[in-house]
Amino acid sequence: MDFQLTEDQRALRDGVRDLLEGRFDRAALRAAVDASERAGTAPLDRELWRELGAAGFFSLTLPEAEGGVGLGLPEAVLAFEEAGRVLLPGPLVATFLAAGDIPGAASGDVMVTSADGSLVAWLDEADVVRGDVSGAVPARSVDPLTPLHRLPAGGSGASGGAFRAGAGALLTAAEQLGSAARTTEMAVQYARERAQFGQLIGAFQAVKHLCAQMLVRAETARAAVYAAAVTGDPLEVCGAKLLADDAAVRNARDCLQVHGGMGFTWEADVHLHLKRAWVRAGAGRSAGDAEEALAAAL
Amino acid sequence: MDLTYTAEEDEFRARLSRWLARTLPELPPPPDPLDWPGRRAYDMGWQRRLYDAGYAGLHWPVDAGGRGATPTQHLIYLEETEKAGAPYVGANFVGLLHAGPTIASEGSAEQRARWLPPVLRGDEVWCQGFSEPDAGSDLASLRTRAWRDGDHYVVSGSKIWTSHAEVADWCELLVRTTPVSESVPKHRGISWLAMPMDAPGITVRPLRTLAGSTEFAEMFLDEVRVPVANRVGDENDGWRVTMVTLSYERGTAFVGEVVACRRVLGELAREASKNGRWDDAVLRRRLGRLSAEFGALWRLTQWNVSESQHTGGVPGVGGSVFKLRYSHARQELYDAAADVLGPGALDLGHPWALDRLSSLSYTIAAGTSQIQQNIVAERILGLPKGR
Ligand SMILES: Cc1cc2nc3c(=O)[nH]c(=O)nc-3n(C[C@H](O)[C@H](O)[C@H](O)COP(=O)(O)OP(=O)(O)OC[C@H]3O[C@@H](n4cnc5c(N)ncnc54)[C@H](O)[C@@H]3O)c2cc1C
Repeated sequence: MDFQLTEDQRALRDGVRDLLEGRFDRAALRAAVDASERAGTAPLDRELWRELGAAGFFSLTLPEAEGGVGLGLPEAVLAFEEAGRVLLPGPLVATFLAAGDIPGAASGDVMVTSADGSLVAWLDEADVVRGDVSGAVPARSVDPLTPLHRLPAGGSGASGGAFRAGAGALLTAAEQLGSAARTTEMAVQYARERAQFGQLIGAFQAVKHLCAQMLVRAETARAAVYAAAVTGDPLEVCGAKLLADDAAVRNARDCLQVHGGMGFTWEADVHLHLKRAWVRAGAGRSAGDAEEALAAAL
Repeated sequence: MDLTYTAEEDEFRARLSRWLARTLPELPPPPDPLDWPGRRAYDMGWQRRLYDAGYAGLHWPVDAGGRGATPTQHLIYLEETEKAGAPYVGANFVGLLHAGPTIASEGSAEQRARWLPPVLRGDEVWCQGFSEPDAGSDLASLRTRAWRDGDHYVVSGSKIWTSHAEVADWCELLVRTTPVSESVPKHRGISWLAMPMDAPGITVRPLRTLAGSTEFAEMFLDEVRVPVANRVGDENDGWRVTMVTLSYERGTAFVGEVVACRRVLGELAREASKNGRWDDAVLRRRLGRLSAEFGALWRLTQWNVSESQHTGGVPGVGGSVFKLRYSHARQELYDAAADVLGPGALDLGHPWALDRLSSLSYTIAAGTSQIQQNIVAERILGLPKGR
């Protein structure tokens, strides 16, 4: 047993981080938010989507014979964690899962979304929609970078349990993990810069302890997500999603708290993390269902 | 990332589990949990069996009498012994998990030869004399004094919360060998001594825990003579030695218990199915989430152990992350157990009722949650030190 990243995995993670930081940095994130405000809906950067495709982001786990990179779920999880760190918008998971059977998905030429649960993201922008989306009505999405439609009650389009319980849930959890780690860094950075009462706020225990708990949540979720990627065990995936959802949502809230009034502004990125974390937590199986599945296996 | 075990590790696991299956039925019935002398005898008997079978000090270095096993083998050992329902390290806790490893890494050849074999054989029990009435979380402010008198230290002061003091043969004792002054800050001037518990001048007064047991005690030291040769590490360098001890305490001490908690969770579910509580969806989901929690804690353990295998040696600050999360999860587990039991949870005859009480110590002993959060914030996250 050696539960640590290999050299190759580290290199892959660093490579994806460099690519994303170069191509979707904070300025790009804020520009996308502004554009979404102006247009009333989030635009998707097709060029970036194709660049991701060309870099192998969507085809990481496809066999080399099929033009893929031939890696496994653990590597995909590392890539999605990086996407979560920078809040990369778009139906990344649905497109990734479609890469094997929908032509053009792997290369990033075709954008795929899927109906999952009672919401569907990016319905208007997607080239291919999996699942039944009849009767979908547009919603004013809480997340400026994830347009949402609501599906009629009872008629949830369910593109298949594979997304909900399997790789889709795991990759969504990986994005949550990236976001949870990022908000921890943001909080710590702010706590080391902002002074009140004549000292840095990071020297106050109340602030310190918020930050410490953020790290604990992120690291516990990390162990769960990575292990689930290695074993692929459906119950472990369930658990990983629960813990990663919790880490992303609660860390974003704590990060907001550490930022004080600044945290409540549109200007700070904290709300973008929180809103996306909420959207991802709502994707796929509900927390209650996941808990029931875990309980049933006891 | 690789969660599979090597053929060698599998083989080790198989041999161990065969030995456990053969040996456990031969054990005498466990003592009453409140009977400390009885527990000492029982725990030491178990240690002796481990010793005879070659499993004692598995993770200790070979030149300290250990087996030099890898951290992964140690993990397998903890997993298998717990799964099989083997006794806990119990009264041997301090000797095996922190005094021993500290002497193994910081002690002289003679010190290792004197103290380590009896710990491994289960002949001698150690206790930890760190905390004092006015020095708990702020351990470095300890005041117990040691004067040099020829080749002895003369020690006076008092210690508190000393687990197993009633039944211990040796105490890892922190003393102040140079008074605090402008030139000697409180973290300097401390030394680490091995004190024989039968030395004249030691009074042990058991304290009753909220669980009703006398698992820890107050210790009064009145001019106790301890040979200078019993000092581990240099004079006044005890704080550094102590940090080695504490990293062991936090790094590995709770690992096996996570496996136990997962087992208890399964028992909770079975009990709830029997008594009808399983029909309560809120409770069911709570157990489901706890299952995710303990699953993750087990993976976190594997992560930390793998990391220490790479960095070689003393467990890192990851132990604080683990301890914070685990101590709270354990308390939640036994609160859930109380919900499963209903009024039965108030009957001390049920083992879960006692375990629920003892779980309350987890966020306090071995560094409180507040102190652990300071450690994580300052040493991992690099936040400024507060006053
Ligand atoms: C079951 C059990 C067994 C033990 N066994 C041993 C043993 O064998 N040997 C031994 O030496 N000790 C032992 N201890 C002692 C243990 O290490 C101390 O109890 C612990 O370190 C806390 O110290 P204290 O009790 O003096 O509490 P205090 O330090 O007085 O703390 C009281 C409260 O104040 C908080 N606090 C203190 N300082 C800070 C700070 N800087 N920031 C924020 N909050 C703070 C604490 O978190 C706590 O909530 C044991 C304790 C227990 C409960």
